[in-house]
Amino acid sequence: MADIERGNRPLSPHLQIYRPQITSVTSIFTRVTGNALIVGAVLIVWWLIAAGAGPEAFARADWVLTSWLGNLVMFGSLWALWYHTLAGIRHVIWDNGYGLELETAEKLGWIVIFGSGVLTVLTVLTLWIF
Amino acid sequence: MRYLTDRKRAEGLGASKAGTEHHWYMNVSGVGLTLLIPFFVFILGTSLGAPYEEVVATLSQPFPAVIVGLTIAAGMLHFRRGAQMMIEDYWGGMTRKVMLWTVICLSYLVIAAGLYAIVRIAI
Repeated sequence: MADIERGNRPLSPHLQIYRPQITSVTSIFTRVTGNALIVGAVLIVWWLIAAGAGPEAFARADWVLTSWLGNLVMFGSLWALWYHTLAGIRHVIWDNGYGLELETAEKLGWIVIFGSGVLTVLTVLTLWIF
Repeated sequence: MRYLTDRKRAEGLGASKAGTEHHWYMNVSGVGLTLLIPFFVFILGTSLGAPYEEVVATLSQPFPAVIVGLTIAAGMLHFRRGAQMMIEDYWGGMTRKVMLWTVICLSYLVIAAGLYAIVRIAI
């Protein structure tokens, strides 16, 4: 058992092998956005812990999250969240056997790209009003 | 006519033997998160940048508290498996193991910290 090839087993074909297509690129970005969201998640949980700890701790965490860099990370996370959500819905649609015709599949890709942008702008505008 | 369902024929295949369960887990948690996300975004979006008292007052209420707690827990469990899949796709050997230890433990840490924070704010 011990001398079976270990650590030298084949990995998934790497990204650069294939010609990029709208379906593959939007799928890769599902993974990128999903994993990148850990940054926003950790920051939000830190901010929540600070809110539970008291006004001084909250002021510190809130300063970081509402700084220009914090705003940028939160704005990026908002887009990533909408993108990942729309792309996830697309995968559920495909999993159920719909939308697999090339033309529809490509259209779904564009919907994910533009839809995530529109939802991000709409969210920012809505939150501005409230 | 086939007497086996598609799922039955897929179960136990592949190198890990656990892919069907993984897929179904991501499907269920994904659908659940899709329902939670709009509420979560609205609650946190209105709270971020608000004064301390207002943030505590909002998050002490039952509905926001449960939505935020549930979204963090379900989101991190979804992340834990998604990140594991990415790591297993692109790394091997010891690097893979160290990354899996880190990511899986971090996921549970964020859940524990998030739920602790929600309870602490509420009481």
